[in-house]
Amino acid sequence: MNSSSGKTYMSTSNSSAGWKAGDAAADQFPVGLRVLVVDDDPTCLMILEKMLRTCLYEVTKCNRAETALSMLRENKSGFDVVISDVHMPDMDGFKLLEHIGLEMDLPVIMMSADDGKHVVMKGVTHGACDYLIKPVRIEALKNIWQHVVRKRKNEWKDFEQSGSVEEGDRQLKQSEEADYSSSANEGNWKSSKRRKDDEDETDERDDTSSLKKPRVVWSVELHQQFVAAVNQLGIDKAVPKKILELMNVPGLTRENVASHLQKYRLYLRRLSGVSQHPSSLNNSFMSPQEATFGPLSSLNGLDLQTLAATGQLPAQSLVTLQAAGLGRPTGKSGIPMPLVDQRNIFSFENPKLRFGDGQQHVNNNKQMNLLHGIPTTMEPKQLAGLHHGAQSMGNMNMQVASHGSQSSQNNPLLMQMAQPQVRGQMLNDTSLGHPPRLLSPMGQPILSNGIAANVSTRNGIQENIRAPSYNPVSQTSSMLNFPMNHAPELPGNSFPLGSTPGISSLTPKVAFQEDVNSDIKGTVGFLPSYDIFNDLNQHKPQNWELQNVGMTFDASQHSNSLQGNLNHAHSVLVQQGFPSGQVNGQNRSATVVSKAMFSSGDSTGHVNAQNGNQQLNSLLVDGTVRVKSETPTNLYPDDFGQEDLMSALLKQQDAIAPAEHEFDFDGYSLDNIPV
Amino acid sequence: MARRMLDASNQGLLLQFWLATSSLSKGKTRMDRNRLQHQAASMRRSLFDQGYLDEPFIQLEELQDDASPNFVQEIVTLFYTDSARLIQNIEHALNSRPIDFDKLDDYMHQFKGSSSSIRAKKVTNECTVFREYCSAENAEGCMRSFQQVKQDYAILRRKLEVYLQMVRQAAVSQKA
Repeated sequence: MNSSSGKTYMSTSNSSAGWKAGDAAADQFPVGLRVLVVDDDPTCLMILEKMLRTCLYEVTKCNRAETALSMLRENKSGFDVVISDVHMPDMDGFKLLEHIGLEMDLPVIMMSADDGKHVVMKGVTHGACDYLIKPVRIEALKNIWQHVVRKRKNEWKDFEQSGSVEEGDRQLKQSEEADYSSSANEGNWKSSKRRKDDEDETDERDDTSSLKKPRVVWSVELHQQFVAAVNQLGIDKAVPKKILELMNVPGLTRENVASHLQKYRLYLRRLSGVSQHPSSLNNSFMSPQEATFGPLSSLNGLDLQTLAATGQLPAQSLVTLQAAGLGRPTGKSGIPMPLVDQRNIFSFENPKLRFGDGQQHVNNNKQMNLLHGIPTTMEPKQLAGLHHGAQSMGNMNMQVASHGSQSSQNNPLLMQMAQPQVRGQMLNDTSLGHPPRLLSPMGQPILSNGIAANVSTRNGIQENIRAPSYNPVSQTSSMLNFPMNHAPELPGNSFPLGSTPGISSLTPKVAFQEDVNSDIKGTVGFLPSYDIFNDLNQHKPQNWELQNVGMTFDASQHSNSLQGNLNHAHSVLVQQGFPSGQVNGQNRSATVVSKAMFSSGDSTGHVNAQNGNQQLNSLLVDGTVRVKSETPTNLYPDDFGQEDLMSALLKQQDAIAPAEHEFDFDGYSLDNIPV
Repeated sequence: MARRMLDASNQGLLLQFWLATSSLSKGKTRMDRNRLQHQAASMRRSLFDQGYLDEPFIQLEELQDDASPNFVQEIVTLFYTDSARLIQNIEHALNSRPIDFDKLDDYMHQFKGSSSSIRAKKVTNECTVFREYCSAENAEGCMRSFQQVKQDYAILRRKLEVYLQMVRQAAVSQKA
């Protein structure tokens, strides 16, 4: 398809002369437009395919939404436009529409035999670029290229305007973890891929970006700023113009903010709306990004709040966690949400923790403390399952955060995330501190914290994880799993863990994992860390068994110093792709997480992150979140900043609640999330 | 009644068609060939005139080309399989007690989508009527409407088959 930036489009559908944007290999736009058609009706599908072929488009047909999504995820830039039926047995067409919009940001055209106003309106609100009534005429299909051009044009405009932002982000991303950034950029899809993939993707993405899609890269940092601005204004009053002013980012346009806000709102809405769907774990995870900003939603909200309250989860972390947890409205986020989510988060976290902590083992004590804080909060939350996870997370966080300051931050995050899970066990100490990030998406983040705590002992994490408190861990793992289904790579890549600031980074990742499966795309941010988990957990959203999480903790264990680990963890967790900006900020609060979520492009901690990731990965591989579910007491009472995290998360949650998470993490790079 | 007459006329056409075919086998003459095509065209026209097929059906025919010479045939076959399944489901849902109107509506929506894709106007319209009864949860109305749908569908099928056969024959004879 024509990659040209499409400045000058020719409108002939079949014209070969088309339009040469000065490109020698100019495409004969729209000839060769790559269309993906999704419809369960075979008759209609065949007719559409034939018609599209007649228009000289390249057609791929699919009769199931899930298949289509995985196809899209596998090859993010392999299609230019998607045509989908509204009425499908396995997945609602509008849901698919949302996923695609968030993860890949491709133009989607809806179609149906139903021409009722209500349905068409739904298409509009969900972001469809067009709505066709069946029977579809070939004339209607001839012009679908206009949507592709239009979108590119808008992106290009944004790109140009925010070139600096993007560039920077892009750099970060590339260096860091391609996963994250790529996901962010390309709809978070990339995050699911492992780092190596990420790199490839990043490159590809960059090329693609430069060629075709000049998108604003919403790095984690940027996103954080965005979220902060939104929170400041109040989600209801947040208008693009004011947000833009508050953010004060050069090169960012009102349009960028507007579209981002739209996504964010969808994301939030989804988080709050879907928090009770166990199956929707994926959904919640879907948006790693959401995790960051998403209202950690019920699940998270509850836990996070507690965590926040108990632990000092930095508000940000809390938010992140929430976001993470909430990630997808699908209810995963809800704290009580299906534990699965939580678990995912936790599992996610755990792995994360591992990374950071693993390295450092640091202070088991500390770690425990971290969890301490969390579990307490968590308990109340229904995260029964989370316990374990949370614990693990907590431990993880702890570990990660054990370093102390960092932990606090992390923990909060983790705690939050792990909240559901950690609930009781692990998080006793809210000091999870470190892993906090992990949780976010899943709400499990807390787990990381808790896990972190336990993680310190990492070695024993495995066991811990199994411990009741480790539920979170499993969750995380599930979370991780999902983030990208594929993923083991989960977005985790982008864990901005960088600065252990808060477990948040970890959590986010975790959360994503879960979504990954479903379509974490959005949450890419968080997932990064989950990638690791994913691998481990591989879609075991329900694996509370810390097994999944295992990695998180271990990871944390490894690191000797929490601080250091945190960084790692941050990086690792946060992003599997996170640009580790976070790593630096040890005490980064949830922001780290959020950042991570956004874009693994966090540069700072990249290195660490990378390492961390590695470790994390390895840890995760263990499959068991070793998050030692050591009793909550493990949580270090260190000032992990859990409270901060929690508060951050909580705050965010509140603020974000209404927003729907429509966070298309294109180009989100996990920059250092301002803690 | 009108339908029967139409059928009769169709059958008449069919008869002619077969006669022509047989004569063709004996000795293909251009005239025969033309006649076949002519008849195919008539048949087709009657299908349209009687409202079984939409003018848009031509769009489907136009899609057929060298790359997919049997496109219409394939599409129609697909339609048969899919719609048969849907009809069965609807039947089953209508006969179960209590009637699940949501599911019914669901099936009918799918069926409507299929038949509209194939540009079967009459059947599609009847589907809409059915869905109205369905949303009003009028079981009686649904049953009646469904009977009509089934009838229209059966006729459509028959005609389509004949028509396609004619087309095939004409194509074959052309090659000869």
